[in-house]
Amino acid sequence: MDDILSSILSPGTFNQMLRSATPVALAALGGAMTEHAGIMNIGMDGMILMGAFFGVWGSYMFQSAGMGILMVLAMGVLVGLFFALFTVQFRSDEFIIGTALNTFALGLTSFLSRSIFGTAGTKGNPALPTIHIPLLDRVPFLGAVFNDNSLFIYLTWLLVLAAWVFVYRTPYGFWLRAAGEKPETLRTAGIQPEKMKWLASILCGILCGLAGAHLSLGQLQGTFAENMANSRGYIAFACVIFSAANPSKAYLAALMFGFFDAIGLRLQDYISSDLTNIIPYAITVIMMVYVVVRGQQRRRQGHRVKAT
Amino acid sequence: MRDTAVKFEHISMAFPGVLANDDVSLEIQRGEVFALVGENGAGKSTLMNILYGINTPTDGRVFIQGREVERFDPKTAIGLGVGMVHQHFMLVPSFTVAQNIVMSREPRRARFLFDNAKAEALTQALVEEYGLVVDPSAPVEELGVGLQQRVEILKTLFRGAEILILDEPTAVLTPQETDELFAVIRRVVKERSMTVIIITHKLYEVMAISDRVGVMRKGRLVGVKNTSEVDEKQLASMMVGRPVLYDQLQKTGSPGEELIRVDDLVVRDNRGLKAVNGLSLSVRAGEILGIAAIEGNGQSELLEAITGMRAPESGRITVRGQDVTGRSPGDIRAVGLAHVPEDRLSTGVSRSASVSHNLLTGKHREGRFNAFGFHQRTSTIQRYAQEIYDRFDMRGAGIDATVGDLSGGNMQKVVIAREFSFDTPVLVIAQPTRGVDVGAIEFIHTRIIEKRNQGCAILLCSADLDEVFRLSDRIITIYEGRITGEFTSFSKEEIGFRMTGTRQGEGEST
Repeated sequence: MDDILSSILSPGTFNQMLRSATPVALAALGGAMTEHAGIMNIGMDGMILMGAFFGVWGSYMFQSAGMGILMVLAMGVLVGLFFALFTVQFRSDEFIIGTALNTFALGLTSFLSRSIFGTAGTKGNPALPTIHIPLLDRVPFLGAVFNDNSLFIYLTWLLVLAAWVFVYRTPYGFWLRAAGEKPETLRTAGIQPEKMKWLASILCGILCGLAGAHLSLGQLQGTFAENMANSRGYIAFACVIFSAANPSKAYLAALMFGFFDAIGLRLQDYISSDLTNIIPYAITVIMMVYVVVRGQQRRRQGHRVKAT
Repeated sequence: MRDTAVKFEHISMAFPGVLANDDVSLEIQRGEVFALVGENGAGKSTLMNILYGINTPTDGRVFIQGREVERFDPKTAIGLGVGMVHQHFMLVPSFTVAQNIVMSREPRRARFLFDNAKAEALTQALVEEYGLVVDPSAPVEELGVGLQQRVEILKTLFRGAEILILDEPTAVLTPQETDELFAVIRRVVKERSMTVIIITHKLYEVMAISDRVGVMRKGRLVGVKNTSEVDEKQLASMMVGRPVLYDQLQKTGSPGEELIRVDDLVVRDNRGLKAVNGLSLSVRAGEILGIAAIEGNGQSELLEAITGMRAPESGRITVRGQDVTGRSPGDIRAVGLAHVPEDRLSTGVSRSASVSHNLLTGKHREGRFNAFGFHQRTSTIQRYAQEIYDRFDMRGAGIDATVGDLSGGNMQKVVIAREFSFDTPVLVIAQPTRGVDVGAIEFIHTRIIEKRNQGCAILLCSADLDEVFRLSDRIITIYEGRITGEFTSFSKEEIGFRMTGTRQGEGEST
C-alpha cells in the first residue's frame, strides 16, 4: 500500500499531470473564447485532431517542427473560419456543426494519414524542443516536476495569462463577453457582435490546433496515430463549463483532469490499464454531474425557469 | 424658426409581407419633446429604428441635423448625435454601470488595456453633470429598472447624443420614477437644448411631457399636432381610426362569497429566495382585486402558486372553499379557476399550433370534441373555434392561422378568449394587455368588467398601473413579497409610495 502511495505522490506523477493537462488546457482556452462569445462549441475534439495531424504532416514535409506549427496555425484559422461560417454566418445548429466537425476531422485525418504514411502511421518526425532551466534541476521535487518539459507546457502558462487579460482586462474582452451575454447591446453600440463571434471561433481553432500540435509534436515526439485526440476536446469542454469560461480556472480544471490521468497511469502497475484509463473521464463526469445538479437544485426551488 | 433636428422625407419600409412605414414625412425641431403614438404595429418603432440606423428604409431620405444619412447603421447614427433608449434595455447584466456606459468607446491604458478607473471617473463626471445619480461601480444586474433606465440615458449622453429616442420608457416605472424621468427630460431639453422623441402608449404622458405629438396608424403618419391643441380622446380616436369609448365601463352588483383565499403564503423564487413572504389575501365573487407592484416583488410567484405552477413552501391557498395548496394546475382548474398567464409566449399559447387548437386547449378531453377519447372531431372543433373567434372579434388571419404569426394583440385575445370561455367563477389574470394596442385594450377591459359583473372573483396583476386603477374594486400593493397597503379609494401618489416599500406615515412629506 505504501508502495502505491509513494508512487502516486512521486514527482513523476505531478510531471505527468502537467503533461496530460496541457493539451486539455490549451483547448479549454479556445473553448473559453467561443463560450464567452455565446457559441456552444463541442467541435473542439475535431479541432485538436486536425492540429495533431497537420502539425506532424508539416513537420514531416519540411523536416522542421517549426514549419509544423506554422501549418497548425494556418489550419487552426481555417477550421475556425469553417466553424464560424456555419454557426455564425448561416446560423446552423451549433451542436450539429460541432458533431459534424468531429466526424469530419476523424475521417479526414485518418484518410490523409493512411494515404501519406500508410497504415502504420508515422513517428519520429522532428519534434518540439524541451526546455531546460539551468538552476531548477538542483531544486528537489520541483525540479523534476517543472524542468525539462516540452515547450508548450511553458507556453500554455503564458497563454493562460494572456487569455485571462484578454477576456477580463481589454476592451475586446468586454466586447467578446457582451457578444455572448447580450449581443444587441454591442450592436446598438455600433459594433457587430458577429465579428466577435468570428474572432472567438478563429482563436478557438488556433488554440485547439496548438493543443493537437502539443500532443503529436510535443508529448509524442512527432507521432501521429488515428483518433489521437481521444476525447480530450470533450474534457476541455467540461473544463470550460466547470470554470464558467474563466481561463485561469479552466487551467486548474485541466490540471485536475491531468492529475487523475497521471494517477491512472501510475496505477497501471497494479490494476488493469483498461480500468485505470477510465479514472480521469469518470472523475470529469462526476464533476460535471455535480455542476449540473447544483444548478438544477437552485432552479428547482421554483419548478419553472423564467423566460426572461 | 428653430433648426430642424430630424427630417424624414417620404420614408417607406417594407418587411416581407408588411409595409411597416408607408410614405412618412416628418420634421422634428431641435429642442422639442416630440411624442410618437400609435397602436402596436403602427410603425413607430420601425421609424425610430430607421433613425437609429438599425433598419435601412426601402425608400425615402433621412436628414439628421441637416445632413443626409447615407449609411444606415447605429455607428453612423451615433456619430450624427442620435441616442436611443430601447424598450428592452441594452445593458450587459454582469458588467458594471461604468463598463456598460463606455462600451465601444472604452478608455484605455497602454493602448490595449481597459482602464476601469478612468471609465468610472468618466461616468462619475457624467453623473454629476446631469444629476442622474447612480453608482458607477455597481453591476447592472443589481440595479432596479428605474436605475437601469438611468444608465441607458447616461450611456446615450456619454456617446454625445443630441437627439434622444425613448422607446416606451415608462412601461416599467413607478409613478415616482416616471416623474423623475420626466424631470430629467425637461432638464436636458431646457439646459442642453436636446431633442427628445418619446414613443408611448400612454396618452396622459403625451399630454404631460410633449410639445408636439405625431400619431401613426398602419404605417402612415395620420397627423401631427401641437399637444396643447388636442386631448387624450382625440388622440385615441386618431390612433384607432374610430371613436374609442373609454369611460363606459359600468360596474354593477356587490361582492358576494369569498372565492379565493390565501393564508400566510410563502413561495420561493428560482433563486431559492423567499419571493412571497407571509402574504394573505382574499377575493370575493363580483370583485376585482388588483395587485400593484413593481416587477420582481413576488407578484409573479404569488400568481404561479395560486394557479399551481409553483409549489408554495408554506401557507394555504383555498379556491371556492377547497384547499388547493400545492395541487397541479389541472386540479386547480377543475375546481373552477381559469388563468391568463403573464407571459403569453412561454405559457399562454402554443406558437406553432393553429388558433383553433389554441382555443381548444384544456377542452380537448371533452366528449363533444373527440370520439373514443382520441379521434378529433375536426368539424365540431372548427365550428366551436369559429364561434369563439367571432365572439372575441379576432379580426385577421382566421382560425387556421398559426398563432405565432399573429400580432401581440390578437395573440392575447386568443389567450383571453380561451380562458374566459371556460366560464369559471374564479379568474387569475396577469398582464392582460401587455404589448397590446389601444383598440384591443378597450375590448379586453370590457370583457374583464363583464366577467366581474357576472359574479366572477378576479385577481388581476398588471405592470400598467392605469389598468389596475381602471379595473380594480380594491388594490393591494406588494413590496418584497409582503402586502404594504390596501386601498379602496385610489391615490396614485400613495400607491406609488407603497410599491416602493414606504410604510404608512412615511414619504408623504417628500
